[in-house]
Amino acid sequence: MIKPYLYSLVLIINWLSFAPLYASGKILATPGVSQIEGSAGGGLVPWAQLAGYASDSEIAASAFCTRTNVRSFSLGVCGVQLNLYDRVELSYAKQDFQIKPLDLIVEPTIIGLKTRLYGDIVYSSWPQISLGIQRKSLNDGSLALALGAKEDSGTDVYIAMSKLHLAGIFDRNFFWNLTIRHSTANELGILGYGGANEDPINLELSSALFIDQHWAVGLEFRQKPNQLGLNESNWKDVFIAWFPNKHMNLTAAYVDLDTIANIQQQQGWYFSVMGNF
Amino acid sequence: MNLPISIKTFLAKCRLTLVCTLAIAFIGCAGKEPKVTLYQQMGSQQGINQLVDQLIIKIGNDNQIFHYFAKANVTHFRKGLVQHFCAVADGPCRYEGDSMKQIHTGMNINEKDFNHLVELLIEVMNELNYSTGVQNQLLKRLAPMRENIIYI
Repeated sequence: MIKPYLYSLVLIINWLSFAPLYASGKILATPGVSQIEGSAGGGLVPWAQLAGYASDSEIAASAFCTRTNVRSFSLGVCGVQLNLYDRVELSYAKQDFQIKPLDLIVEPTIIGLKTRLYGDIVYSSWPQISLGIQRKSLNDGSLALALGAKEDSGTDVYIAMSKLHLAGIFDRNFFWNLTIRHSTANELGILGYGGANEDPINLELSSALFIDQHWAVGLEFRQKPNQLGLNESNWKDVFIAWFPNKHMNLTAAYVDLDTIANIQQQQGWYFSVMGNF
Repeated sequence: MNLPISIKTFLAKCRLTLVCTLAIAFIGCAGKEPKVTLYQQMGSQQGINQLVDQLIIKIGNDNQIFHYFAKANVTHFRKGLVQHFCAVADGPCRYEGDSMKQIHTGMNINEKDFNHLVELLIEVMNELNYSTGVQNQLLKRLAPMRENIIYI
């Protein structure tokens, strides 16, 4: 099931390798990594930055794959992003969510659009602010509907603000992001949209400390609504990210997904790789 | 009857200890080396000269941004940049050159090229083994100048 888009990924990389220049107009590591719904961000949270190193005179393309494995579930996601002049980010991501006890796989698709409204995380005195949407749909909504979801597709809207403070803490660069999301998605949309008690406004927070130019460590928190009465939990992670150069980055995290569909103790590991062109 | 005396002695000792501790702490604080300036951390005048010289060599070899500097008088540019870095880093200098706005007006430097110069500076600082903290401090002080440098 990963094959079709891996194939398209290879095609894109192939095409881009003929491009005369790759976008490199941003400082190393400042665009962050990719989050599990395909937008530029941390691991769980979309940030105000757009994917890739495009400055206002460039176009950047990027691709990523992430795998998270917890006790009863695993989530794989691969996606691509296009950054147009550091103004608009288009993203496409395909997830495969495995429910181990049922030996069942759900495959959501997410199309994202993000636009930078104001600022630059490094240089503007106020945080960079972006507005984004994520349109999500399921290949098969029968599980979601059986659990009480109203729809098998839906749209999230979020506003994100980010700031990098040079020499912010102990002379290290300190980054934070706050995202406010409007969404009725259950477990990101994997269990559909809507439910008995909708609670659409949720907060998401990230922070990172850059140990040096190439390494960052940080924390994330993502509030999630409990609309199906299945004890949907807030998600948390602690991560380390490595930016050896502008072409790639690697992220490892320990994630605490707590309770999913009434199954408790979903903690585990997260690995992500991203390439920029 | 002995008890109150021993308490008194005890209290006196306590007070003495307290006073001593405070005194030591105070002397300790007062005796602490005066705050090291960024200028000193950058190796003072010699260090800044070296930083600027290396940066000029980098710019001279750079295809992307050399054209902005092609018409500049190197001696004048070097003197101005050394003075500027020295002043920015709390060194014993006053920057006497033209303002950032005056220098860059008409150059129409874009975001990408500005960041590229920042990267050349970071490369030089890495080569000169500047610690991450010193690098971040210098960049923090230079970053606000961007608005008077790009797109003018």
